[in-house]
Amino acid sequence: MKKTKKQKVLKSLLYIVLIAYAIITFYPFLWAVAASFKPLSEITSGSMSLISKHFTTEQYQYLFSAKSGSMFVTWFINSMIVSVIGTAINVFLNTMAGYSLARLSFPGRKQFYYGILAMMMVPAQVLLIPNYLIVKNLGMLDTFWALILPAAINIGNIFMMRQFFLSFPKDVEEAARIDGLSRVGTFFRIVMPLAKPSIATQAVFVFMGFWNNFLAPMLYMHTPSKFTLTLGLQVLQSADQGGQMWNRVMAASILTIIPIIILYILFNGYFLQGVRMDGEK
Amino acid sequence: MIQGYGFLAPALLIILIFFVLSILFAVYLSFNNVDLIAHTYTWNNFKNWTNLLTDKQLIRALQNTSFFALIVVPVQTFIALVIAYILANKSIQGKKVFRLVYFLPTLTSSAALTMIFMFLFNLNGPVNGVLQSLHWISQPINFINDTHWTLKIIMVMNIWSTVPYFMTIYLASLVDLPDSMYEAAEIDGANVIDKLRFITIPYLRPITTFVLLTGIIGTFQMFDQAYIFSGGTGGPANSTLTVSLLIFQYAFGTNNQMGYAAVLAILLAVIIFIVTRIAEKLNGGNGIR
Repeated sequence: MKKTKKQKVLKSLLYIVLIAYAIITFYPFLWAVAASFKPLSEITSGSMSLISKHFTTEQYQYLFSAKSGSMFVTWFINSMIVSVIGTAINVFLNTMAGYSLARLSFPGRKQFYYGILAMMMVPAQVLLIPNYLIVKNLGMLDTFWALILPAAINIGNIFMMRQFFLSFPKDVEEAARIDGLSRVGTFFRIVMPLAKPSIATQAVFVFMGFWNNFLAPMLYMHTPSKFTLTLGLQVLQSADQGGQMWNRVMAASILTIIPIIILYILFNGYFLQGVRMDGEK
Repeated sequence: MIQGYGFLAPALLIILIFFVLSILFAVYLSFNNVDLIAHTYTWNNFKNWTNLLTDKQLIRALQNTSFFALIVVPVQTFIALVIAYILANKSIQGKKVFRLVYFLPTLTSSAALTMIFMFLFNLNGPVNGVLQSLHWISQPINFINDTHWTLKIIMVMNIWSTVPYFMTIYLASLVDLPDSMYEAAEIDGANVIDKLRFITIPYLRPITTFVLLTGIIGTFQMFDQAYIFSGGTGGPANSTLTVSLLIFQYAFGTNNQMGYAAVLAILLAVIIFIVTRIAEKLNGGNGIR
């Protein structure tokens, strides 16, 4: 088909919309990055240029130096610990539960399945207060367990893993059993490795959930040295009430985003797969 | 059989404690006066429930939350749909780059995003700078502390950060839309807008139901941004007070009324349930199958 003039105009119009939207998305980040390399005086003078007149990395040095009393590195490590351990447990339990619901037969399986699904409808707010009281009574306030344990499963992911195992070829498992592997052995040595793409998909999202969570750390953590990054950011922001250290807050915000961006680039395909599965629910 | 229970047990334990027990606990709390320090729960004759009727704060929070959802949900759905429609066009180059850029806000925590927006919109921030240099305003606007603006800034931020996620969902299902449908429409003389109206939108209706429901649930539960923007107060003058924030204040703030907070939480759950049902019906879908 030969392109008419009208089509060409239309196509450039589409590009204009796409590029305009890309700028709207990207510019706030650029501004944040730019601000993190500026001295405070330049920010408060209302300069909106992306290039600093007095380029400086002093805020990054501040955040990373032990002498400054900055707890940024501690918060970063806390976030890492909680997110990595939390994700590992969460993904593991979801996979086992999904496998059990799809593959193993036991009385009440159907009832358990529908019962678990029904829990998906319960909004977070209803659970918030009782969860807090339970965590408190278990003596887990101000420990990382408070962040990990209530979030140790993800019902949506149990559902997803069940769907995955339903369509998983049975003969692979049977072959392994004939070779003498027990059910548990088969699960760890055969099933889990073969389910890797599915597991990676959920791991990426679960990790993001832990890393970006704000409410739970705020509720459960009281000692500043046990804060996670999201909570730490808020501390940084509200620390200097008089003149806010926007450059410092921006530097910390950027550093908070970077691990997730790296994760996104590494697992780009999994991200889109995960979204796709959600969309087809 | 034992293996079946064994594999399910850990997940089930978490669900029993943090979901099932929690729901029962929440209902129980809603009928009690809770004193956390003395560790007592005393039955108070539905007083938590009757308090609902006279709570002016609650009315304000409901107004803010509904206004927020009423604007944010349709706008984000519409923008996501249009951008996905354009990106799904086969002849567009550089889709991967666009997607990567668009996805940035979705990756970023609401805490970090809120920081960035508070910086952009602060009194000496770049947004005021741009508006002033364009001579659209003569005095900088105090976006973060002006009752007229604060909630609207949070709305802008929310739309901006959720559009890419919903766009990706739309894109994922647009892949399955057969080209022949567009081609047939073109032969009948349909232009771009016609194709969007008569083919894409009806085709995506089930996905739109999903997007609307997720959007409604998300907006009605909005907490992080309002909390960070206002430092937890819901200010200035209650202009950013959302229902979730109010629940938090009653339960964990100085108000210290956990029983009443539980009532509010149940109320919010019921509201979300009703609103999503209405949205589902309005969209003409049968829900998610």
